[in-house]
Amino acid sequence: MKVITANRAIAEAVKLSKPKVVPVYPITPQTTISEYLATFVANGDLPAEYIRVESEHSAISAAVGASGTGVRVFTATSSQGLALMHEILFAAAGLRNPIVMGNANRALSAPLSIWNDQQDSISQRDTGWMQFFAESAQEALDLVLQAYKISENENVLLPSMVCVDGYYLTHTVEPVDIPTQEEVDEFLPPYRPKHAYLDPKDPMSLGTFTDPNYYMEARYDMEVAMEGAKNIIRTVNKEFEEKFGRKYDLVENYMCDDAEIILVAMGSICGTIKAVIDNMRKEGHKIGLLRVIAFRPFPKEDIYSTVKNADRIAVLDKNISFGIGGVLFNEIKAKMDVDARGFILGLGGRDVSNDDIRNIIKITKESTESDKINWIGLKEEEV
Amino acid sequence: MTAVGATVKEPGSSVKNKTGSWRTFKPVLDKDKCIDCENCFLFCPEGCITKENEIDYDYCKGCGICAEECPVKAIKMERG
Repeated sequence: MKVITANRAIAEAVKLSKPKVVPVYPITPQTTISEYLATFVANGDLPAEYIRVESEHSAISAAVGASGTGVRVFTATSSQGLALMHEILFAAAGLRNPIVMGNANRALSAPLSIWNDQQDSISQRDTGWMQFFAESAQEALDLVLQAYKISENENVLLPSMVCVDGYYLTHTVEPVDIPTQEEVDEFLPPYRPKHAYLDPKDPMSLGTFTDPNYYMEARYDMEVAMEGAKNIIRTVNKEFEEKFGRKYDLVENYMCDDAEIILVAMGSICGTIKAVIDNMRKEGHKIGLLRVIAFRPFPKEDIYSTVKNADRIAVLDKNISFGIGGVLFNEIKAKMDVDARGFILGLGGRDVSNDDIRNIIKITKESTESDKINWIGLKEEEV
Repeated sequence: MTAVGATVKEPGSSVKNKTGSWRTFKPVLDKDKCIDCENCFLFCPEGCITKENEIDYDYCKGCGICAEECPVKAIKMERG
């Protein structure tokens, strides 16, 4: 057990996963991931090619090229860097490169902010990447190990993003159990691609132009892979639990079974919500939390089966799609018949306190306007 | 789809892709007018005209550069 940040936990997980190529460009609050990995490579602890690229667009491009040679690849970024990668994120998914990326969730400019929200990764939801949101440093480590196994499964072959909230996780130290290399080697064998690899002895073309006769099938295949990934994730979660003793699923059910009000959220904010629930349960209120771990693939069945008996649910979004509201809220509303209220909070690092969570529960109980976008922590005198 | 990620595993597939099907106008050479200057051979961006002034209609996309560059107007662009 070591007391480390989520960034360190991710770097340790990467070292244990033994990628062959690591192209990274540093950006706050991801920077220490790139620094730890550079140190590991320089010290010979991680026998990988560390590429010091000139931008995030180059980092992901190098990752795609490296993955095309058939080796395991890692990269990491945040916010503006992820936005700069946008174009190539589609290419990585379409070429079915099982790249794993760490993303330190941070707000997007303008106004320029280095603080946390989840707008950056949410804005990449349609690229074909799987997205997993960690609640703690331990989960960040565990999710990187599992992400490789899920992404490299021959029925999935889609890249993964492991998302950690900037500062709340990236710069906060917590006790983390780091598995041994032998344990990880047994869980995660070397990557042996069958579908795409550049080898002069067995030539093939990757990333070719496709005319209208071919494009749609390639995109359909990705949708099939993304839906099918849910079962692969469950299988990998189970294997991980058997090996390392920590339980994972597409979603976490925290006291939802008898709950009248269920909050739905992602990432580090769930720690605060659980503390509030523990206190409110002692006061006799039946409150639960459904934590979405896998945002893509979207676990609609798991969400619905957990929240369907609640009187009402509250969906918390650290993002906004202007003109319609929080993305998670709207996706849940689109896929299931539930009485829900949507909340926008924590944008650009705005603090979310225990009282804010209690206020959300109060509004959820009392509100008669199901379409209203409720802003929490907004300084109304300044708007 | 058999090839994951639209990978092309069999080399030489571009030879099978007869890009002449993209053509709207095709160049037709009047050999009586031709002075054998080889401008069409030099300017063709697809390498579809030989030094003997034979046009490869399997791959000619009908861009019309040969007709434009012909100094004696021996190449006419026709439909089909």
